[in-house]
This record gives sequence, structure tokens and C-alpha cells, in this order.
Amino acid sequence: MSQTFTIDGRVIPFEIGQTVMQAASQAGIYIPHLCYHPAFKPNGSCKLCTVKVNGRQSASCTLRAQSGMVVESDTEEINAERRTLTQMLFVEGNHFCPSCEKSGHCQLQATAYHLGMMSPHFDHFFPDRAVDASHPDILLDFNRCILCSLCVQASREVDKKQVFALSGRGIGTHLIVNARSGRLADTDFSLADKAAQVCPVGVILKKRTGFAVPIGQRTYDQQPISAPGKVAEEIRHD
Amino acid sequence: MALGEMHGEAIAGIVDRVIARYRRDSTCMVQILREVQEACDWIPPEAIDRIQSVLGVARAEIESVAGFYSFLYLRPRGQYRILFSDNITDRMQGSEALLEQLCRSLWVEPGKVSEDGLLSIDRTSCTGMCDQGPGMLVNNRAITRLTAARIEQIAELVRNRRPLSEWPAAFFDVADHIRRADILLDQTMQPGDALRAARERVPSDGLIASNMRSWREGLPSGIGGPAAMLDEIKRANLRGRGGAGFMTGLKWEACRNAPLKAGQQRIIVCNADEGEPGTFKDRVLLSSYADQVFEGMTAAAYAIGAQRGFLYLRGEYRYLLEALNATLSARRKANLLGRDILGIPGADFDIDIHLGAGAYVCGEESALIESLEGKRGTPRNRPPFPVTNGYLDQPTIVNNVETFAAVALIALKGGDWYASFGTRHSAGTKLLSVSGDCARPGIYEYPYGVTVRQVLEDCGASQTQAVQISGPSGICLSEAEFDRIIGFEDIPTAGALTIFDRSRDMFEVARAYVHFFQHESCGFCTPCRVGTSLLKKLMDKLHDRHGSPYDLGEIEKLNQLLQSMSHCGLGHTACNPVIDTIVRFKPAYEKRMVHDQFVPAFDLDRALSTARQMTGRDDSQAHLDVEQGRSA
Ligand SMILES: Cc1cc2nc3c(=O)[nH]c(=O)nc-3n(C[C@H](O)[C@H](O)[C@H](O)COP(=O)(O)O)c2cc1C
Ligand code: SF4
Ligand code: SF4
Ligand code: FES
Repeated sequence: MSQTFTIDGRVIPFEIGQTVMQAASQAGIYIPHLCYHPAFKPNGSCKLCTVKVNGRQSASCTLRAQSGMVVESDTEEINAERRTLTQMLFVEGNHFCPSCEKSGHCQLQATAYHLGMMSPHFDHFFPDRAVDASHPDILLDFNRCILCSLCVQASREVDKKQVFALSGRGIGTHLIVNARSGRLADTDFSLADKAAQVCPVGVILKKRTGFAVPIGQRTYDQQPISAPGKVAEEIRHD
Repeated sequence: MALGEMHGEAIAGIVDRVIARYRRDSTCMVQILREVQEACDWIPPEAIDRIQSVLGVARAEIESVAGFYSFLYLRPRGQYRILFSDNITDRMQGSEALLEQLCRSLWVEPGKVSEDGLLSIDRTSCTGMCDQGPGMLVNNRAITRLTAARIEQIAELVRNRRPLSEWPAAFFDVADHIRRADILLDQTMQPGDALRAARERVPSDGLIASNMRSWREGLPSGIGGPAAMLDEIKRANLRGRGGAGFMTGLKWEACRNAPLKAGQQRIIVCNADEGEPGTFKDRVLLSSYADQVFEGMTAAAYAIGAQRGFLYLRGEYRYLLEALNATLSARRKANLLGRDILGIPGADFDIDIHLGAGAYVCGEESALIESLEGKRGTPRNRPPFPVTNGYLDQPTIVNNVETFAAVALIALKGGDWYASFGTRHSAGTKLLSVSGDCARPGIYEYPYGVTVRQVLEDCGASQTQAVQISGPSGICLSEAEFDRIIGFEDIPTAGALTIFDRSRDMFEVARAYVHFFQHESCGFCTPCRVGTSLLKKLMDKLHDRHGSPYDLGEIEKLNQLLQSMSHCGLGHTACNPVIDTIVRFKPAYEKRMVHDQFVPAFDLDRALSTARQMTGRDDSQAHLDVEQGRSA
């Protein structure tokens, strides 16, 4: 017999061991998220998916569902905080959407639209992050990395390669690749890797396909990120 | 070319020796990297090549770990790596002027390596020497009581490339400064006393160790030596001394009852990361009461049936390592560690020391366990908690150094005796690390329930404006609150008590603490990683006189967000010093509200200074009207 809890008053069934995020996606309910991907163990770092349970906030991607839980998610209070988180991610990196080829396919951008983010609000950090164009098929534009770790997980768990890792600490945390030179060309990374497909933003980009899909016809031009069916779907690049 | 090869071979030799000592165990990565660095002065790429090929760990993985810790260097930092302790108390004792003096003397810029590659000078978070500051670390050796004369001597020694072993021994003196001793510090327990007392407490069934029992047996109270030991801890009402004050007995019981999978064992961890600025009591316990701490760990192992223990020692306390290892050896010889301890069949337990490498967040218990496993010190998602899934997924208890010292005392004298000290909700005594504006900084042991005022009187504080209790993540009190008491019913504390007299600017105190949190955020979660940086920018903006009431609103908003969304205690408490001081010392902030309306932190006129310099102009036409944004 399946158990249930509620999100914003809606009754959600779940199986033992499922997280609130998993049960919600299954029921077609969108909870904003950036570091969660259904194929990987929840990482719990972006905190966009935070919900309120019995007055306490908690990341729904790591929170195990329990029978009778009363979860608040789509409230103005929580969305305002989520909006602030997206603003933080925007100012921490260099996100010039109009010139980004991921624009329209980008989950950060789509989430910001969903949450009604109208401005970055905070002063930009303008970090100095060099682009790595060394690889024949892939461009790495670190300017947009939100440190979600999905590429790290994909490379390790699916590709069995460990091409990526996070190094540094605090605001200096940054993505590195597995080469003494620090260049992607000197790793065994390939276009066929799972890690080439999981980046929710515009860091790991396939070369020479940038504008193959015209603006206006892109993933989130067609449907908002919250649309039913988008929720558990894997992100495609092209 | 031949030279380069030899260099590579030498490094490989060093790496191989270190790795062999750690039995090729990649969970010891932090230890391996730290020791390679001790030999090479940094972690050169050749060393990473070698670790990668010997241990089969990807180099990105190794760099990922090395990059996390402040004291591990992936770029050369010189033969002498000098770090000035940068707690607010060090600053009050003049550390900044001394840092400038040394930089001038040796021709280096702070944060950079000297041109000849000989040395680097930088700042580091509180080194735990607040009662004898200003302090510094030279290649992780602590130097205390810096003065202008001492700085001159140090400059001379570095210039002449004298090895640290030839520096005056007095530089490295670290005093205990025990100013008030109570039941914990004022006793003469001999190694083994507490364990023997624990064993003898239940003669009927005291000869079977927890290891020999099945966890399913549970712990009916009153039977068995291990069960009796746990009962004493519960009867003592002992609560953890690391700050949060969780009931130690409950934690142990949960660990004791956690199922073991095949090949697993239970683990005891002593948390000696002591990174909270202003806290140094664990240092004193480890330097003069190490036997008692180890005995407490062993008693804990006896109670819960653990076979393996770790002391996680902060990198700043590296200088204690040899002495602590000697104490451990002596205990092994005396059969107080090892197999069948004190002749009790199955009572097997031993302790390894792991050194941290400069990361405050590793004091958080799950981050500490990650670090013990040789990873970045990122706090884990919970549940599961360490008591069921800790070190290498095994049931693990993590307790503070002082908690274990109290455990030994309870084992010796019994829980009821212990509970007769202190207050109803806070049994026993507490060590306070007192520093700042007072005549007698040092360690004060009081029964719980002591008032802040009493402490101030005893340590010779006068004209006290504020007291910061439990470090930046604790609370700030003003004079009106000095009759409040230290204890879990009122002010819980990990032990720091930092005193500020009326001459201090509490805004600058809060700003220093905010810089600390920003520097120590692990960077894992968005709210803390970016939020602490934004908070730092806001405080610097007020400092630079661009502040308006708008900025206070922003601070309040960040406070809300960090409290509700951060992943761990660091982020939760990062705004505390600011919020506390805004409430209690508003004028210190109002002074900085130069503007009624929002002004940007960006200063246009200052941004033009490079252009002025390049064009050689400094006339009035070359300046923007700096008064523009200022309200009438
Ligand atoms: C950021 C952070 C740093 C911490 N640092 C320490 C520390 O240095 N020493 C310590 O004993 N506990 C520290 N703690 C608390 C530990 O997580 C844990 O609660 C404690 O070691 C448990 O021991 P106790 O029950 O004996 O107090 C820290 C917690 C956080 C969130
Ligand atoms: S590169 Fe993309 S997938 Fe990898 S951590 Fe950064 S944002 Fe995440
Ligand atoms: S709150 Fe800060 S220190 Fe804690 S996990 Fe998040 S980023 Fe790391
Ligand atoms: S999606 Fe849950 S924390 Fe990122």
C-alpha cells in the first residue's frame, strides 16, 4: 500500500525510500532544482529545491518522504528565497545570456524566468575564468559554471573516467579537469560521454552546433521549465 | 635534463615512502599530501603524478582534495611559509603592524611569494593562541607572543636561511595558562585509573567487552561492564562540550545499537579541530591532559564496542603531534591500548592521529569524517547520521576533546558524583578559553551556572563593552546581559569567551568575523558560498563609507536566507556577529550610515585613479565630484 504526504495541499503518493523531489516529479509537480538530475544520486548543493516541512526548510532532493508530511513549496516566501539564490548564481559567475549559445536551453535561465527574476539585484563578482577551447569537439566556458557537480558524477559513474572534479574552496571553488596541463584536450573526454550532456548551464558546449536550433524554438522557448513532462526529462543539448 | 629527472626521482622516492607508511591506503590522502608537502615544501605536479600512478587515484581527484585545504599548496610558497594568525584578538594585540614590519624587512608582499622564491607571508584564521598572541605559524610550527623585536629576529633567521630547528626554542613556547581549575583540571588521575574504575564498577559481568556481544542484545541497564559505563555517562547527564550540547549517552547508545554489516566495526572520533576563533581549551587539554583524553576515548570504546579510534587534530596544532604519539605508545606499552586492554578479553582498541590542513569547516562532524576518509571537507547530507553511517559507512561517534576528558572523570568517579556539579540541565564543569581585553587571559574551569560577570571579574576585565561567547558563531553580549549564566539553559558555549573593552569598535569586530566565515565557507552550497561573500562585500562597503540604511536591510535579508537554506552550521551562523552587534551596538553602524539613500559600493572617482596615474594628472578636473552622492 502506498503512503502519502502533501505538497501545497495536494496529496502525493510515494514509496519508501523516495525523496520528496522524486515523489513530486512522479506526480508531475515541479520543484525548482539545478543540481538534481534523476539519473544521479542527489547532491544537495544548489538549494533551489528547498521546501518547508513543519516550519523547517530542507532541500527536497535529499529529504526522504515520510507519511503525513506537510510540505510547502510553491509559496511566495519560498519562491522569493529561491529567486535570491538564482540571483546569487547569476552574479557569482559571468552569465551574459544574450551571447550564450545555451540560451533557451539553459536551466538556470529558465528557472530565473520561472521565479520571476527581473534583475541580478546584487553587484556582479566578475570572476576571471578563462575559457578552454583546446578540445576538438567541446568548448568549456567556465564563466557559467554553477558547481552543480553533475558532470563530475556523470563522468565518474557513467563514463568511468573522472574527467571532472571540483577544487578550491568557498567562493574560490571551481571546476578542474583531469590533466596535468589543466586542458580538456589532454584528457580522455569525448563527445559521446554522458558528462558532455548533463550540464544544466552553458559550460560544456558542443562545438559547431551553437545556433543549430534558432532562438525562439529552443527547449524553454517552447515550454516553461515547470511544464508537466519537462520535470523528470533529461536535458538534451541539440 | 638530468637534473630534472633526478628531481622527479627524488620526489617519487619521497612519495613512495609516505604512501608505504600509510599502507597504500587512499583514505589517508590528506595525510599523504601533508607529509609529501612537509618534505617538498609544496605538492609538485611530479608528486601528484606519482600518487596517481601508485594509488590509482585520478589526478583531478588529488588536486580536488589538495585544493580544498588552506595549508596544502599546489604552487610553490617558499621554503619558509609564514602565516600570521588573523583573529580579532591577534589584531588587537598588533598583528597587522607586525605583519607589515616583516613584509618590509624581507621585501615581500602579503599573499605573494618572494622574488627569490625563499618565502611567503600571509594571514590565516585563528591559530588558537589568543591568550599569548599575536601568533603565527612558520611551516605549521606555532610561534607565540610576537613583538617587534621577535619579528626582527625572525627576519634575520629567514634571511640567513637558518632551519627552524635552529630558531630560539623560546619562540615556540606555548603556555597552558590555567587560571582556574575545578574537578576536571585539578585532579591527579594516573593512566589506567579511570578504565580500572570502570571495569571494577560491575564485578559480576565486567570481563566481557562490548565487542563480544551482539548489538541485538541491547543495553539493559545495570548489567555488564560496558553497559555500566554507558549508564554512568547517562547518569552524569553529560552533554557534548563541542557547542551543540547533545546528550553524550544518547549518542553512544545509538551507535552501540546501530547494526554492523559484514566486516564493519564501530569507530570513536575525538574532534580536536578547534577552529572556532577564540577557542584554545582543547589545545591545553591535549598538551597537558592527553592521557585523560585518550582514556576517555578508550572508555567510550569499551562502552560501545569500538575497535578503532581517531584523533582529528587541527593542522595548527601540528606541533603537538610527536608528544601525542609518544603518549599513545606509552599507553600501548601499558596495555591501555591494543588487544585485550587491561586483560579484558575482546577489549581491543587503538587510536590513530589524523592531522587537518587548515579548514574550519572540518570541525563539523560529517565534514570531519569526509576529511578522515581523505576527501574534501564538505558536510554530508543527513540523515543518515554518523552514529549509524559514519567513517567508511560504519557506526561512528564524534565527540569533543573536553567531552572525552569528562568521560574519563566520570569513569573514575561515577555519574552521580559528576552530576552533583553544575546546574540541573548542565551537569559538571566547563572550560572557558578567555581572551581579549583582560589582565589574565587563559583557561578557566567553572561549574556550569557561572555568570559572565563572575568570569570578567576573575580574569581582570575592566571597562568591558561586549563579550563574544562561543566565538563568531556564538552570541555577543552587552553589559546589560553580564548576569546571564553559562549553561545549556541560558548561554551554551564551545568555550570561547572574548572580551572587548569600551575602546573597541564593535562594527570592526563583526566585520573581522564576517571575513572569517567568508574565508572558511566550504563552498558546497549556494547560500553560504555566495551569501558569505555578499555579506563580506556589504560590511566592507559600510567600512568604506558607502553605507545607507538600505544595506542593513540587505544584511537582514541575507541573514534570513543563510539561516533557512544553508547546508550546515557554518552558513546558519555566519550572519550572527553582524545581527548581534546591530542590535546591541547600533551607533557603531549608524556612524557608517553616511548616506540616507542607497549608494553603490563602486567608487567612480577611485576607479579613475589608474588613469590619473598613467596621465600624470591630479588636478581638480581629473576628479569626479566625490560629494555627489552624499545627502545634505
Ligand atoms: C562549522 C562547524 C565547526 C565545528 N567545529 C567543531 C570543533 O572544532 N570541535 C568540536 O568539538 N565540535 C565542532 N563542531 C561541532 C561538531 O559538529 C559536533 O557537534 C561535535 O564535535 C560533537 O561533539 P560533542 O557532542 O562532544 O560536543 C563544529 C560544528 C560546525 C557546524
Ligand atoms: S560544468 Fe556544468 S555540470 Fe559541471 S559543475 Fe559546472 S554547471 Fe555543473
Ligand atoms: S553552509 Fe557553508 S560551510 Fe556549510 S556546507 Fe554550505 S557552503 Fe559549506
Ligand atoms: S536540486 Fe536540491 S539542492 Fe540542488
